[in-house]
Amino acid sequence: MTTRIDTRFAELKKQGRSAFVTYVMAGDPDLGTSLSIVKALPKAGADVIELGIPFTDPMADGPSIQAAGLRALKIGMTLTKTLELVRDFRKDDNVTPLVLMGYYNPIYIYGVDKFLADAKTAGVDGLIIVDLPPEEDDELCIPALKAGLNFIRLATPTTDDKRLPAVLANTSGFVYYVSIAGITGAAAADANAVGEAVARIKRHTRLPICVGFGIRTPEAARAIAEKADGSVVGTALVDALKNSLDAEGRATARTVNAVAELAATLAQGVKGAKQAAE
Amino acid sequence: MNIAKPNSYRSGPDERGHFGIFGGRFVAETLMPLILDLEKAYTAAKADPAFQAEMNGYLKNYVGRPSPLYFAERLTEHLGGAKIYLKREELNHTGSHKVNNVLGQIMLARRMGKKRIIAETGAGQHGVATATLCARFGLECVVYMGAVDVERQQPNVIRMEMLGAKVMPVQSGTRTLKDAMNEALRDWVTNVHNTFYCIGTVAGPHPYPTLVRDFQSIIGNETKAQMQEVEGRLPDSLVACIGGGSNAMGLFHPFLDDPSVEIFGVEAAGHGLTQLHAASIAGGRPGVLHGNRTYLLMDADGQIQDAHSISAGLDYPGIGPEHSWLHEIGRVNYLSATDDEALAAFQLLSRLEGIIPALEPAHAIAKVMELAPKRPRDHLMVVNLSGRGDKDVPQVGDILRGKK
Repeated sequence: MTTRIDTRFAELKKQGRSAFVTYVMAGDPDLGTSLSIVKALPKAGADVIELGIPFTDPMADGPSIQAAGLRALKIGMTLTKTLELVRDFRKDDNVTPLVLMGYYNPIYIYGVDKFLADAKTAGVDGLIIVDLPPEEDDELCIPALKAGLNFIRLATPTTDDKRLPAVLANTSGFVYYVSIAGITGAAAADANAVGEAVARIKRHTRLPICVGFGIRTPEAARAIAEKADGSVVGTALVDALKNSLDAEGRATARTVNAVAELAATLAQGVKGAKQAAE
Repeated sequence: MNIAKPNSYRSGPDERGHFGIFGGRFVAETLMPLILDLEKAYTAAKADPAFQAEMNGYLKNYVGRPSPLYFAERLTEHLGGAKIYLKREELNHTGSHKVNNVLGQIMLARRMGKKRIIAETGAGQHGVATATLCARFGLECVVYMGAVDVERQQPNVIRMEMLGAKVMPVQSGTRTLKDAMNEALRDWVTNVHNTFYCIGTVAGPHPYPTLVRDFQSIIGNETKAQMQEVEGRLPDSLVACIGGGSNAMGLFHPFLDDPSVEIFGVEAAGHGLTQLHAASIAGGRPGVLHGNRTYLLMDADGQIQDAHSISAGLDYPGIGPEHSWLHEIGRVNYLSATDDEALAAFQLLSRLEGIIPALEPAHAIAKVMELAPKRPRDHLMVVNLSGRGDKDVPQVGDILRGKK
């Protein structure tokens, strides 16, 4: 099967450029604004959208994304409404790949089979579930692949050559390389170290490799884009959103543009990069 | 329930860390290599007589084991039924059962060459035990503690600091134990290369529920031998309080395959099961959090709910996965006691036996007050007195004087 993710990375390869992957939290700071932001991202240059599923206990996320999740939960965001948001986004955009990113419990409680069917219908292309390592592949990864959704695995600096084949075995769409051992929004990794890690992973897989954690500026995005098939930016966009809110944490007239403008700047950084020849 | 009974209740978990559907390893990829290393290190340590011998030496001369099994004569007379014995874990060095597990994990950390130890703590008992053994072995120690708990368990915060540990108040979420565990996991993901995470209860990703249980099983093993010595037979029932459930699992596990022994775990019912509470089995259902599948308090969307208990050590929305399994399979009876019932038990034990219990085991005593009178006089009941009440004296004093 070919998914929107496969198609998008094939196009980018033809164009000889790296992907700009954006992350925002579903329902942050409210449902309507969140939909407008997601709709604005492809226009701002996003090649792939990661949409966070809010969760009370995001153990691998830093304060910014944690706070974004709590803002969304406070306005009553749920997994059902997250899927509705995807459905609404798909009314106008049938090409931009959209990946849901989050933790397993809300999906487990929703019911794995029902979730996969509903996600597919809504127009979700892939899943990144932080707390499901390959040791728990039976839970969601394998059913997701059967349902026609990509299951995108995280590889990290602690994933050595011995472990990589297990991590990559059921991965599809792309590989998400977490450039540092740490939480989202932490300090950036050195681009050279990222280059070495990407080369190492490429010895094990033909999938595109996107790199995230700690990319906040167009320069950093560009440096990573030169080494990898994509750069993921999350915390910087979430912070731009937060800084546009009023004192009560509600969206203002600036909110959608604040995110879109930063995304556009970062996209320029990525698109200015020349990718290393393979 | 139509679940086939196993030949043994003690053989779990399976090689993937599952007790029935519970347990497992639900953590970020960054942590997986270390968790697999830990499993290997633990398997090797278990098979190494030198490790056991060294541990036994510290258990005897540093921790002060074996802890006594004490016949609570006045409590028994007062309740007028079962003969009640207290397993005196509160007499251990640092004042609770927590030290048994921490000693084992710190010795594992040393084998693995880790120099920095992190822990999470609710009531502070696990934090104090960790700070103590880090001081003893010269290791850096960082303890995450919810800001609410830092406030209500001041004596233990001061103790940890005196022992050289850094106490990090956690301001996120409900600012209690659950959030302290999230922050500890964040620290671990960030410092995985040099840091050992010393988990305080029988929860978390495999192999933690197993190794914590094994280190705590000394409680039940001693109880078995001591009861044989004084009464010449097995006890008829066991009672222990449950937050995550490590003191309970330590007492229960050696008795699981003795069918004559009735076993009771007591959860914290807080203000009552229809209001704010921390009884994951009575008021929760299976879900996935903090590295394992287990009973959790959550809403219809799978969002974790706030737990409440007067006792900071029980104030957690989950329970160890092996307890979830023992509940579903029907081997252990899980009951619950409210804040008020625990307070009444706290006072009763203090006045009748001259033993001020921690608020955690006061929940177990509260159920003993219900169960013991209904049992015959030759019924032998063992209650795990998992910790002493020094840390709770200021809090309970305020409540009894009507300040709060």
